[in-house]
Amino acid sequence: MYPANFHYTKEHEWVRVEGDVGVVGISDHAQKELGDIVYVDLPKPGAHLEQGKPLGSVESVKAVSDIYSPVSGEVVEVNALLSATPEKLNEDPHGDAWLVKIKLSAPDEIKRLLSADDYQKYVGAE
Amino acid sequence: MTQPATSLKTTPLNAAHRKMGAKMVDFGGWDMPVQYSGILDEHHAVRKNVGLFDVSHMGEIEIHGPDAFALTDAVTTNAVAKLSIGQAQYSGLLYEHGGFVDDILVHKVADDHYFICVNASNQEKDFEHIASANKRNAIVEFAGDRYAQLAIQGPKGLATLQKLTATDLAAIQYYHFTDGAVSGTPARIARTGYTGEDGFEIYIAPSQAERIWNEILDAGAEFGIKPCGLGARNTLRLEAKMALYGHEIHASLTPYEADLAWIVKLDKGDFTGKAALAKQKSEGVTRKLAGFEMTGRGIGRDGYEVYLDGSPAGWVTSGGPSPTLGKNIGLCYLPAHRAKPGQPIQIMIRNQPVEAVTVPTPFYKRAK
Repeated sequence: MYPANFHYTKEHEWVRVEGDVGVVGISDHAQKELGDIVYVDLPKPGAHLEQGKPLGSVESVKAVSDIYSPVSGEVVEVNALLSATPEKLNEDPHGDAWLVKIKLSAPDEIKRLLSADDYQKYVGAE
Repeated sequence: MTQPATSLKTTPLNAAHRKMGAKMVDFGGWDMPVQYSGILDEHHAVRKNVGLFDVSHMGEIEIHGPDAFALTDAVTTNAVAKLSIGQAQYSGLLYEHGGFVDDILVHKVADDHYFICVNASNQEKDFEHIASANKRNAIVEFAGDRYAQLAIQGPKGLATLQKLTATDLAAIQYYHFTDGAVSGTPARIARTGYTGEDGFEIYIAPSQAERIWNEILDAGAEFGIKPCGLGARNTLRLEAKMALYGHEIHASLTPYEADLAWIVKLDKGDFTGKAALAKQKSEGVTRKLAGFEMTGRGIGRDGYEVYLDGSPAGWVTSGGPSPTLGKNIGLCYLPAHRAKPGQPIQIMIRNQPVEAVTVPTPFYKRAK
């Protein structure tokens, strides 16, 4: 279910490291909890994010949920797919519906995140 | 299978909802399904075909006896005298100062019997309010425990329910009802709803609720019926601009402010709140409910501030995406002289003003 090469937060974000860039998204558990996603608010390229601080928000029909950045660094790319088709977040949260790519300023932060196994246990127990 | 928190009230269908995989939430102290397959999917099912809702959390109050009319008329804003037997009427239950105790549906069962459907979380308060106004000898009965209520809503609602009843449903006019039977159990069958779509609300014995629920789902299968939760109920009622207690109306808001002048009949006899309303009518309201549509990117939601000319001027009472229209819509209070359609407004979304404009309501009206 949860890709083994991703790192997860307890707030249900994930990051996949590609060289010095982290690809960030929300977990399948998060999209299920949110329900039908209708709007995604993301930062612009060039924005500086800090681990554990707000990155943006995801809105379902019912409610708004904050997204927290799993890593620190500069936003280098924003997924353009999500402004026109936010529902992709319900369909492919671990794949095409990533949110942003971040140039990592503190790669060691990854060690503070959960492994796929630990995240699975965490949401299983939630 | 998980159990609801013990402090929450449950309907007779609670176990059925959990068995069928509904997502449950605490709704005003009730453990209720917010969604089954998904709010959008359920919303579209009701607009295009048919959806089934458990609304057994709603309360019922019955008023009996020779003084039933006098009491009902004295506590409600609409003209009870205008009701025929078998007719239902949307009305307001007000405090003396003109604010809402609740919004209600008054059904005339007989000259000496009125059946009132009230909001779930207001039912005890409503009962106390009506009982304390009972200066004569009407019998006021708190009847919430005697009824389960199901709503069958959508263009295929009639065809679905007709398979389970001998009552000619097509003969029941909108906002009328009849006492009959559904699948062998006595049922009050009303052509009412909270979705802006054609449909029925049936009142049955709680012991029969799960069986009837399942039979309706079977009967509607050929039409693509979906069990629906409160999430879709909310998006549907918002498109139809139907008020939700605690949002568009509450104890500090009057029917005139809430754009519900049509439920106030000042030319009938005295009723609780009449003097305050008469005064407000002659002086004019200072704030009024208006519909809006987002023109900027963002969703104006319940409680967000509304700005005019850079200053706070009102608040959003309900807001969100409209699945039918594909727009972000909402209702808000504005200064009355700025509440007409076409007024540009700004809604504060996360401390950022986002453009919106007031529009005519309802947002959605079904083709008759």
